[in-house]
Amino acid sequence: MSTEASSSSCRILLLFAHPSQARSEVNSVLFNAAKQHKAVTAVDLYAEYPDFNISIEREQQRLLEHDVIIFQFPIYWYSTPALLKEWQDLVLEYGFAYGKGGDALKGKQFMCAVTAGGREEAYQTDGFNHFTLRQLLQPLEQMASITQLTYLAPFALFGSRTAKEEHRITRHSALWTKLLDTLAQDELDISKARQLENLTRYFDEQDLHQ
Amino acid sequence: MTGYFLQAFIYLLAAVIAVPVAKRFGLGSVLGYLIAGLIIGPVLGLVGEETNAIQHFAEFGVVMMLFLVGMELEPKALWNMKLRLLGLGGLQLLLTSAVITGIAMIAGLSWQVALTIGLIFALSSTAIVLQTFQEKGLQQTEGARGAFSILLFQDIAVIPMLALIPLLALPELASAINETAGQNAGHGDSLVEGLPGWLYGLVIIASIAFVTVGGHYLSRPLFRFVASSGLREIFTATALMLVIGIAALMGLVGLSPALGAFLAGVVLANSEFRHELKANIEPFKGLLLGLFFITVGAGIHFATLTENWVLIISITLGVMVFKALVLFVIALLFDLKGSNRWLLTLSLAQAGEFGFVLISFAAQNNVLATDLIALLQLVVALSMFLTPGLFILFERVIMPRYMHGSSNRQHDTVDDKGSVIIAGIGRFGQIVNRLLVANDFKTVILDIRSEQVDLMRQIGTQAYFGDASKPGMLDTAGIEQASLMVIAIDDRETAVEMVKYVKLAHPELKLLVRAFDRGHGYRLRQAGADYLISETYHSALEMGAQALRSLGVHPFQAERQKHAYRDIEAQQSDVLYEAWKDDASGERFDNNYRELFMELQQLIDDALKSDLHDNHSKRRGWTPPPKGYAEEQLKNQKD
Repeated sequence: MSTEASSSSCRILLLFAHPSQARSEVNSVLFNAAKQHKAVTAVDLYAEYPDFNISIEREQQRLLEHDVIIFQFPIYWYSTPALLKEWQDLVLEYGFAYGKGGDALKGKQFMCAVTAGGREEAYQTDGFNHFTLRQLLQPLEQMASITQLTYLAPFALFGSRTAKEEHRITRHSALWTKLLDTLAQDELDISKARQLENLTRYFDEQDLHQ
Repeated sequence: MTGYFLQAFIYLLAAVIAVPVAKRFGLGSVLGYLIAGLIIGPVLGLVGEETNAIQHFAEFGVVMMLFLVGMELEPKALWNMKLRLLGLGGLQLLLTSAVITGIAMIAGLSWQVALTIGLIFALSSTAIVLQTFQEKGLQQTEGARGAFSILLFQDIAVIPMLALIPLLALPELASAINETAGQNAGHGDSLVEGLPGWLYGLVIIASIAFVTVGGHYLSRPLFRFVASSGLREIFTATALMLVIGIAALMGLVGLSPALGAFLAGVVLANSEFRHELKANIEPFKGLLLGLFFITVGAGIHFATLTENWVLIISITLGVMVFKALVLFVIALLFDLKGSNRWLLTLSLAQAGEFGFVLISFAAQNNVLATDLIALLQLVVALSMFLTPGLFILFERVIMPRYMHGSSNRQHDTVDDKGSVIIAGIGRFGQIVNRLLVANDFKTVILDIRSEQVDLMRQIGTQAYFGDASKPGMLDTAGIEQASLMVIAIDDRETAVEMVKYVKLAHPELKLLVRAFDRGHGYRLRQAGADYLISETYHSALEMGAQALRSLGVHPFQAERQKHAYRDIEAQQSDVLYEAWKDDASGERFDNNYRELFMELQQLIDDALKSDLHDNHSKRRGWTPPPKGYAEEQLKNQKD
């Protein structure tokens, strides 16, 4: 299921978790685009571990071989789909990712590429969901902190259920490819990328059309 | 006797050389046979007068072909296609024969002869066209489907044509031939000679009723009886007996044997023995039809061609242009768009093999004079020779123009799911089949036990009786189109042989095979199976896990033990296989293998045990941080 990345200045590991890909309108587009990217190792977790029997050895080896780790998933109950949580529980072991001698991930970059059904207005302190997306993803941010990963802002698409009808996917996909390019060439402005609410705002309109 | 062998050898040799060469050049097998005949007949002069006698014999291939065509036509499927068949096919036949008859009459021929010629040229070549569609992967396009409807209608229409042609006999021709060749016309074996008209009618109705009713009710018990004997050659003999018997019956009552065979084919289309029957008749049909085409090629008068080449070539081109025009109009009427319109137009512009049949039939019935026969045969043959050229024109010139901006092709491939062949529909095959069918995959099920096939049919699963280890059987089951084959038969040796054959003949096809045990699994793997499963492995694991649960082990823990077992088994299976393979002697399970096997058992034992007792085991997963972890963390923060 994975296409091993070739040598490039930054190697990206994309861990994609989507249990219902036949119904996917946005994530499958992004994942397929990433599969074409030379610097990306694209892993479809649900295809590789349909019975949740995750190989810890294999996954840790993958982490060691890459510089950027991306979780790609649709938001399920303000969190990751079950398999990606299982992946965290199993792979990020004491002595590997944290605790005594657990420095394997130190200095790597980490981000989430997510889609959310609700509108951006709903993900506000005074909105329907009472928290912003960044706030809701804080467990992952803290996971990155403990494992010494550099946490970047999430790359998020809101209102994903109607993105297709509203013709927003093409632009989002172009942003995604641009972001992967930038990450691969190690040209991302880390302090800017850490502070943003949403990485989709990282690029200016004119950047996109270059 | 030696003379016969020599002749048979010449025919076979010509076919063996010419047909593969013709196929290599994309000309198709029909043209290969014609060329073979052309070479051994007019060109080299190796065969001569006897071709006529052989041709009568070879025409039996046409009877068999119609039997097979009939078997392809389930009455229900035929009914569903009625609009396309009658619309496309009927219109094509009517318009083309009308146009050509008209032109022939203008050219000064009598209406009987003109009509015969019209009918001959209205037919196209099923053999060449369907084969080419398949070779070029065009079957699923709208154009090809239209063409198929037309060809099917033509194949059916041949039967009334065979009935019609004797009525067009020219009296003066008939008397001339009767005088010169009285002994040849010695068809003294007719039962109905001299019967009064009403009795004759009754006899005909009775024999047709016998074929239909008998085919429906008597054939099944007969086939079941024969199949239960388990003797392959007797089944073949039964199939041949059936076709020959019907041909003989029809001959006795003065009807066309082809018509009878066709009827019997339709009656048997729903039978569970259909694929097996087809597989048995197919080789005979193929050889006899091949022989028929060779005799046609051998019988071509080269002299006629060299003397009248301008006339013959212009008639050929004329016929093809008019046929194409009619087809183009029909394509317009039926709203075929883009490249499909051109595909229909170009693919069917030739005359076909049934043209030859009609020509020789018309000759026997004194409808056509000898010089006209030679000319017509040349035109039919030439137009068939030109067909591959038309397909090349379509592929190289027309397709590229429609490739962009046309959603046709994408649309066409949607329902083109590769089907799955399942060999063996016992307890194992049934579950595989149900899972596939529930997910809308098309399966073709073959089983050699006719009771099992009956049982499946009673519970609504469409299974066919047939021996999947026979290449011919797999061909009729559509192995060319299949993308996957599941082998779940009980006979271990046959399963290994099947894997070998299928991997050799269809390397692209994925083979999923059930193994009986470890040793059988290795042999299947060596033979080239893509995926193997031991028949009891997973159920035994499941039972083991349930036993653990019943003994009070936590269900999730039991599940994990099962996973651990499976993982280690999978990791070690390659090592064991190599050890098994390395041992060249007859005793496959030698000491080295035994040792490795014991090692595997030990590995599994260790893994399962450690997980149960030891916190820091080799089996990882959800291992909590060490007990002093929280204090360590606080200390780090202070630093």
